Amino acid sequence: MISSTIGIWNYWIVFCLMMIGLFLVIGRKNFLKKIVGLTIFQTSVFLLYITFGKIKGGTPPILNESIDTIYSNPLPHVLILTAIVVGVATTALGLSLVLRINSEYGTIEEDDISAQDLVDYHDDIETGKSVDLNFNQ
Amino acid sequence: MISELLINAFLVTIMLSIAIALIKTRTVIFTVILTSAYSLVAALMFITLDAVDVAFTEASVGAGISTILFLAAMAYLPKKEEESIRSEFIPALSCIILGGILIWCSYDLPEIGQLTAPIHQHIAPEYIKGSKEDIGIPNIVTSVLASYRGYDTFGETIVVFTAGVAVLALLEKKNAAKKNKSQPKQKIRKNA
Repeated sequence: MISSTIGIWNYWIVFCLMMIGLFLVIGRKNFLKKIVGLTIFQTSVFLLYITFGKIKGGTPPILNESIDTIYSNPLPHVLILTAIVVGVATTALGLSLVLRINSEYGTIEEDDISAQDLVDYHDDIETGKSVDLNFNQ
Repeated sequence: MISELLINAFLVTIMLSIAIALIKTRTVIFTVILTSAYSLVAALMFITLDAVDVAFTEASVGAGISTILFLAAMAYLPKKEEESIRSEFIPALSCIILGGILIWCSYDLPEIGQLTAPIHQHIAPEYIKGSKEDIGIPNIVTSVLASYRGYDTFGETIVVFTAGVAVLALLEKKNAAKKNKSQPKQKIRKNA
């Protein structure tokens, strides 16, 4: 019983970590916190993959001389190596988007930004300016 | 065997507590530090799960470069996170329901470390067998990464290049906007 619980304990905690990451992304209104949530989610997915590749009593997949060595599965390791680097690239892109939003609005809170957009929209209507819905200018 | 799994369970529980602390904290610098600590503990986990290459990539890229990026961005951003006006009840509830479903499904997953699990049957044994004769590198992960699945790595470099170009374009626009930011806005006010 105990050993079988430990056998799937990793999965349970990894799923909890995924949900914490998802909550930070959809629940929090601060953009920096959303990106941190993405990072948490990513790392928990990496953990899930690497957990699948583990073999009891195995060694890291580096060849040695003895014949009866059991190697852990190298394929998830390769996939996750690629995913880590891509993850950092997306983090950098997200952070530069946040910086750009901050220089435009002076804040990175979602509530404040939508409030500012609403005020701008009403100002435009009052002054009779043609309303454009893309907020590029 | 059981001690290996116990160490694993312990480390993963530390990661859970760090993630809960991340939900609680509202200060940006603590958020960045906790994220870095989370990545380092993840790297330790990868070592106990036999993924040494992934461990040092995670420690250098995940805990190193990401933290540097976060710190560099932090310098230009507000230092405190505000409490939201809207309730966080619905996002929290949907996350809890989804997590419950996933944990319920986890009973169908194979236990950790079973040699008979489906993932170990298909192509990995051929990689392990062929690595020595085909490529001649003792590290199987390297030979799969660079040779058997070389196209993946090629795609990865394209993604990283695209991200770099996008970051440059965004930050370039930011500097340009800063230079002539005050001019057009005052003009509009005068006309109004």
